[in-house]
Amino acid sequence: MEQTLKTRGETAQIFHHLVRDPLGLVGLAIVSIILLSALFADQIVPYDPVALNIPDRLQGPSLTHLLGTDQLGRDTFSRMLMGGRVALQVALPTIAGAMSLGLLLGMIAGYGPRWLDNLILLFFDTIRSFPTVMFALAVVALVGPSLNTVILVIMATSIPTYGRVVRTLTLSLKSAEFITAEKALGATNSRILGVHILPNVLGPMAVIAAMDIPTIVGLEAGLSFLGMGVKPPTPSWGSLLNDGYSLIRNTPWPIIAGGLPLIITTLGFTFLGEALRDVVDPKLRGRGGKK
Amino acid sequence: MTALLEIDDVAVRFAVRSNLLTEIGLMPPAVIEAVSGVSLKIEAGETYGIVGESGSGKTTLARAVAGLHHASAGSIRYKGTELRGLPESRFRPLRRDIVMMFQDPVGSLSPRLTIKSLITEPFRIQGMKDRDMEAEAARLLSMVGLPQEFAGRHPHQLSGGQARRVGVARALALDPKLLIADEPTAGLDVSIQGEMLNLLARLQDELGLAIMIITHNLNVVRHITDRVGIMYLGKLVEEGPTEDIFSSPLHPYTLALLAANPEPNPDAELQRIELQGEPPSILNRPTGCEFHTRCPFAQADCEADTPVWTATSTAHNHRCHFPEIWNEQRQPTEHAN
Amino acid sequence: MMAAPVLDIQNLSVRYTTERGNLQALRGVNLTIPEKSIVGIVGESGCGKSTLISTIIQLLANNAKITSGDILFKGESLLDKSEKQLRGLRGTEMSMVFQDPMQTHNPVLTIGRQMIDIQYRDPLSKADKRQRAAEMLTLVGIPDANQRLDQFPHEFSGGMRQRIAIAMALMAQPSLLIADEPTTALDATLEVQIIKRLRELQAEIGCSILFISHHLGVIAELCDSVIVMYAGEAIEQGSVRDVFHTPAHPYTRALLQCDPGNIKEKTRNLPTIPGEIPDLVNLSPGCIFQSRCAQTIPQCAVAHPEFHTSKTGHVAACHLLQPEVQAQ
Repeated sequence: MEQTLKTRGETAQIFHHLVRDPLGLVGLAIVSIILLSALFADQIVPYDPVALNIPDRLQGPSLTHLLGTDQLGRDTFSRMLMGGRVALQVALPTIAGAMSLGLLLGMIAGYGPRWLDNLILLFFDTIRSFPTVMFALAVVALVGPSLNTVILVIMATSIPTYGRVVRTLTLSLKSAEFITAEKALGATNSRILGVHILPNVLGPMAVIAAMDIPTIVGLEAGLSFLGMGVKPPTPSWGSLLNDGYSLIRNTPWPIIAGGLPLIITTLGFTFLGEALRDVVDPKLRGRGGKK
Repeated sequence: MTALLEIDDVAVRFAVRSNLLTEIGLMPPAVIEAVSGVSLKIEAGETYGIVGESGSGKTTLARAVAGLHHASAGSIRYKGTELRGLPESRFRPLRRDIVMMFQDPVGSLSPRLTIKSLITEPFRIQGMKDRDMEAEAARLLSMVGLPQEFAGRHPHQLSGGQARRVGVARALALDPKLLIADEPTAGLDVSIQGEMLNLLARLQDELGLAIMIITHNLNVVRHITDRVGIMYLGKLVEEGPTEDIFSSPLHPYTLALLAANPEPNPDAELQRIELQGEPPSILNRPTGCEFHTRCPFAQADCEADTPVWTATSTAHNHRCHFPEIWNEQRQPTEHAN
Repeated sequence: MMAAPVLDIQNLSVRYTTERGNLQALRGVNLTIPEKSIVGIVGESGCGKSTLISTIIQLLANNAKITSGDILFKGESLLDKSEKQLRGLRGTEMSMVFQDPMQTHNPVLTIGRQMIDIQYRDPLSKADKRQRAAEMLTLVGIPDANQRLDQFPHEFSGGMRQRIAIAMALMAQPSLLIADEPTTALDATLEVQIIKRLRELQAEIGCSILFISHHLGVIAELCDSVIVMYAGEAIEQGSVRDVFHTPAHPYTRALLQCDPGNIKEKTRNLPTIPGEIPDLVNLSPGCIFQSRCAQTIPQCAVAHPEFHTSKTGHVAACHLLQPEVQAQ
C-alpha cells in the first residue's frame, strides 16, 4: 500500500535506498575510494612507480615510502595505486563489452525464433566449455602478453554469463501480459525490445556486473602473476604479488600491497552488488511494509 | 449490411506436448483446439458479452480477434476486411480501431514507464509523434477520471481500479471502434466494479464504440450487454440477445450457469441445476455433444451425435439436440418447488 | 453453562511497522464462532481479512504486533501458547483451505501419499490411514477414491483439487475450519457444488467454519452469521438474515446495493461507493467510514462509534443507531 508520491528519478531513488542500507553504504564507499584512487593515480602517487632507485631497495614502511620499496627500489605504495588503475582498466572495458554483447545476443536468443535461440545457446556453450584461465594462457602464448589481449580474452569468455541471464529474463518477459498489451497496440519488435524489455533487464545486469568486477580483477591479477598479463614494468596487483612472492623472506610488504587491495575490491563490489540486488526492482524497494 | 465484426466458424489450435520427434518433424505434435467453430457478429456500438468458465477458450477467442493469436481456420472480418492471416505490417493500422484491455490491470502496464508515457504510447506506436503529448495525457487522464498528478507515477504505485483506468485510457487513446475487454472487473471490489462498468458505458455512448466483454460474471453481463455468447470447451453453445438468453435459455449449460449464480439473499429460492462431475479436459473432448457428460437432460443420442449450430428466428443460436424436450422436462419440477 | 465458543476474539488490534509509520491493520475486532456454526467474513481489499486469519493461526509477519486483545480457542488463549503447542493445534484442531487449489498440493507426491502423510500423528497402520483417506475423498464427492489416491495433483481439475484440499483439512476432524476464499478460483457451477458439500460436511463432522469471501451471494447461501469488515474494523455483525435483509451500517447497505446480483432492473448505471479506503497509517478521529458515507452527522467526524443494537437485534458500529439519533 504505497501511497506516497515519488517524483524523484529512478537513479536518485536507487541511490537513496542504497545509502540507507549499511551494506550498500560500505560497498559504495569502498568502490568510490577504489575508483577515485584509480582515476587520480597519476596525481596522487608520491613516486614514479617504475622509477628504479637501487640504493633504497627493500626498505620497510616509513614516512617517505609508506609501504616500503621492492628489490629494485620502486615505491610499493605507488605501484599499488597504479596497479589499481591497471586492474580497472582491464575490468571496466571487459565488463562493458561482455555486457553489451551479452545483452544483444541474450535478447535476440530470448525474443527471436527458436532456431536462432538454439544457435546462440550453442555458441554460449562452446565458449563456456573453454576453461577461462587455460584459454587465456593459450591465447597469450600465441600472440604475446598485452593489456588488450587480456581484455579481449576475458570479455569473450564472460559473454555467456550475461547472455544466458538476459536470455532467461527476456524469455519470461516475452510472455508477460504487458508485452502482449504492447503488441496489441501495434508496437514493433524493436520497440518492445528497446523500450520494454531492455530497462527490465538492465537492473539485474548491473548486479551481476558489480559482482563480476572482482572476478575479472582477480583473473587479470592471476594472469599477471603468471607473467601472462600486463607487461613489466607496468605495475599490476598480480605482478606485485609475483614480486612479493620471491621476496617473501626479505619483506612482506609487496605481497600485502598486491593482496590486500584484491580482497578489499572483492568485498567492496560484492557488498555493492548485494545491496543493488535489493533496490534495482522498484517493486521491492521500500519493503518492510505489509506483505 | 456488413457487421462491424463478423466471426465465422473460427478455430484456434495450439500444439502441445512436443518432443524430439515432433521437433524435427517426424511426428505431428498433439494439437488442442482451444476455440472451435465459433461464429458470431458484433454490430457497431453494440456490447457483446462472452461468458464461460476458465479454460473455455473465451480469452483465446478475444486474442484471436485482436490478432494476438493466429486463428487456424474460419474467418474473422472487421468491416469486411479479413483479419485471419493478415501480416502484422498490415494489421498495425487496424490496431487503432481494434483495441484490447487485459485481465491483469497492473501486469499489463510496462513497469518502468510512467503513467504519462504509458497512456501516450499509442500515439508514438502509431507514428503520431506530432501530437502534443502533454495535452493528450491530460485529456486522457481526465477522460478516465484520474487526477492529473498520476502522470508521473509508476504502475506499481496504483491500486487495481486505478490501473484499470490507465488501461482504459491506453485503449481509447486513438478513438477505436471496437474495444475487447478481458475481465474488466476481475480483482475489483464490488463497491468499485460499478465505477469501471459505468465508465465503459459512458465512453461507449460518447465515442460510439462496440465492446466485446469477456467475463464469467453473469450479473455484469445481464446489465451491460446487448448480446451474449456462452462458451463451453472452446465452443459457443448458445448465443443471442441478452434478455432471451436470461429468460429462455436454449442450452442446458446456460441454464446451469444461470442457476448457479448465488444471490446475495439468504432466503433466495434456489432452483439449482445439479451438474454431474467435473468439466472434461480439452485434451480429451467427449464425443457427440461435449456437454453430455455433465448434462442432466442428456439423451442416448447426445453421446454419439454432434449437435449442429442452429439458428432460430430471433437470432438466438444454440448447439443442443433437444432444447424443446428439456425445457418441457424442467417446467413441472419448477412448479413443484 | 454453555460450552465455550470454538473461537472467541476479543478487542483484537494488530499493527504493522512500516517505512511510513505504524499501520493499524486491525482495531478492536470482536468475533465469536460458536460450536457447529458457519461464520462468514465479508470485506473488500484492505479490510484486514488476511491479517485476521494470520493472527488466528498465529503466523503473523515479522513486522506485525498484537497491540491489544486476546484470541481464545475453546476457552484458552492462543497468545499464551508456545510455538510447539500451536503446531499441535494447527492441522488438527484448526485447519485451513486456501484460495488457490492449484498451489496447495505438493506436485511430486501422489494425493494418497500426501493424505497418508498428514495423519502422521495417528497411531494407525498405513493401510488404515489409506482407507481413511479414501473415505474422506468419497465424502467430498470424488468417485473411485481408491484408484484416484494413486494419482498426482496435476491429474485432477481445479474443482477436484479444492475438494481434496477440503478433504485433507477435515481429515483430523478439526473444531475449526478456516476457508479463505476457497471458491474464488473456481467456476460458478463448481462453486455451488463445493458450497453445498461444505455445508453437508460441516453438519456431518460437527465442526465450525470461518468462511472468508468477498462474494456476498456465497456468504448468503452458506453462512449462519456474518461479520462485515471495513478498513480494519468489524463494523457490523449478526445473523445472515438480519444483516442481509436489514443492514444497519451505511457501508453494509451500500455494499449490498452495489452487488449487481441485487439489482433486478437492467441498468447501465450501476451504484458504487465513491471514495477510497482511508490511510491506515494516518487515521483521522471519528468513524472510519465517514469519508465515504452518505449519511454523516457532526458526531461522525469527532467520535469513534460504539456498537449499537439495531432494530432486528444485531450490532453495528454507527452513530445513527443511537437511540437519541434514532428518535429524531
